[in-house]
Amino acid sequence: MRLSLNSRLSAISALLPALLVMLVVYIGATSWTVWMSLTNSRMLPNNNFVGLRQYEMLLGNDRWITSVHNIVIYGLLFVSLALLVGFLLAVAIDQRVRAEDTIRSIFLYPYSMSFVVTGLVWQWLLNPTLGIQHVLRSWGFEGATFDWIVRPETAIYCLVIAGVWQASGLVMAIMLAGLRGVDDEIWKAARVDGLPKWRVYVSIIIPMMGASFATAAVLLSTGVVRLYDLSVAMTNGGPGIASEVPAKFVMDHLFERANIGLATAAATTMLITVIAVVAPYLYWRARKGEVR
Amino acid sequence: MTAVAQPLPAARRPKRMTPARWGLYAFIFITALYFLLPLYVMVVTSLKPMAEIRQGNLLALPVAPSIDAWVKAWTSACTGLTCQGIKIGFLNSLRILVPSVVISILVGSLTGYALSLWRVRGANILFGTMMVVAFIPYQVFIYPLVRVFSFTGLGQSLSTIVIIHTIFGLPTMTLLFRNYFASLPVELFKAARVDGAGFYQIYALIMMPMAIPMIVVAVILQTTGIWNDFILGLVFAGRDNLPMTVQLNNIVNSTQGERAYNVDMAATLLTALLPLAVYFGSGRWFVRGIAAGAVKG
Repeated sequence: MRLSLNSRLSAISALLPALLVMLVVYIGATSWTVWMSLTNSRMLPNNNFVGLRQYEMLLGNDRWITSVHNIVIYGLLFVSLALLVGFLLAVAIDQRVRAEDTIRSIFLYPYSMSFVVTGLVWQWLLNPTLGIQHVLRSWGFEGATFDWIVRPETAIYCLVIAGVWQASGLVMAIMLAGLRGVDDEIWKAARVDGLPKWRVYVSIIIPMMGASFATAAVLLSTGVVRLYDLSVAMTNGGPGIASEVPAKFVMDHLFERANIGLATAAATTMLITVIAVVAPYLYWRARKGEVR
Repeated sequence: MTAVAQPLPAARRPKRMTPARWGLYAFIFITALYFLLPLYVMVVTSLKPMAEIRQGNLLALPVAPSIDAWVKAWTSACTGLTCQGIKIGFLNSLRILVPSVVISILVGSLTGYALSLWRVRGANILFGTMMVVAFIPYQVFIYPLVRVFSFTGLGQSLSTIVIIHTIFGLPTMTLLFRNYFASLPVELFKAARVDGAGFYQIYALIMMPMAIPMIVVAVILQTTGIWNDFILGLVFAGRDNLPMTVQLNNIVNSTQGERAYNVDMAATLLTALLPLAVYFGSGRWFVRGIAAGAVKG
């Protein structure tokens, strides 16, 4: 349809905010961040080009290495556990259980809560003096130890416990929608063939649910790279630097340690990682015709 | 994209309790305990006096329940320099929430509308970029944005944080409304054009009234998202407008001396109250919001 000049102007005026955001934030801010990572900016940005020196410094920085190490552990465990728990819950609920709505509400309510709330609750539960460890001991398991949150080697796993608690319900909701979309004929055919239920799930249903798994995995993974609040609220990166994460590294170096060059180098590294994961996914989805 | 799992008719439920079904219910029961434990512990801890917390059991019900900790958390807990309780944060969060939700939905719906029904050159590039940006961590944008806002004179303020929430809500909101408007019968739009309605008239008088289900979903998504935000409020709101999540973290993590766990848990519950109310009040709409948001990620 041909548009009159008037309505074309209107359409453009409606897109002005989005265009402004695209120019200033998506293009402007991103390029500036990348540029600053190539300079030796400290407290204020400057334009002294130093090539990739900040990236070299980054690779030699203990705290950054720990952060990356942590986010890999967290990411792998969090995504796989949340997928597993969420899928199992969806399958369980799909067995025509009683009080389905109540059960779903119980599994999904943590997802409505913030990471700050999640982190603080679990910090309290995992408190070695008065938390779960204390409960186990008072029940007669004298030697019970569950002091992961105060040990440097295990603190990151505490973030995983809290993260899985918060996000599994989301996976459950996505998976349940997927399971309810499975054609009943498949179940009938499997029953006629005498296949046991678990075999149907493993060999037929799971392969059919690729899209649900991909969606859930991508949603969870974006949360992984962004992980900041949970680490701040639950352990504040500690004990020592044991549960530091990349997003926190960037924030601390920007606003507390006045090392903008290093911080933006870290941010740029995060950016490249995300693009490398997301671009193929979006391309795949666009080809399937879901997005456009 | 808003496929919501519907409950199955009760008649198809197996009647007999086989061992397998006992196992199933046992699995659901045990996982439900894991999911409910933190909420339960929050509630009982917030109702106990400190002496009872120190001597007693984390899981025990309070012997002498009292709401002292709640009162203290609301009116006099210390958030850094001041000791006026979490109510300051609550009010700040409300002042941030209301304009942010309204403006982000207005801008997002208008953008989605322009991108779905009107052929504008470059629309696909704009939309594609937005979809990629939705995945990029805030850390990439934060410092330049801080500088831009201090350059414009807004600095850290209520207006700044509202603009920031609008900016970062834009991809999801646009996607939500673009897909919805694109799913409406195009004849509707054509008929309105033939009748001589202009761009904004069609938007305000025809499209938005039809999009009420999407508006509900968008309000739920934005309300929980903005209320739960920590990092943007911390950086952009300024010291006088720090949202509840930031104040909560200050109460719990920067107290000097002995920690008042009951006050901490009461403050935590108070912060979680609004999203929980939205969640339990909206029922299936919340799940629709997830399904719609899941498209973006």
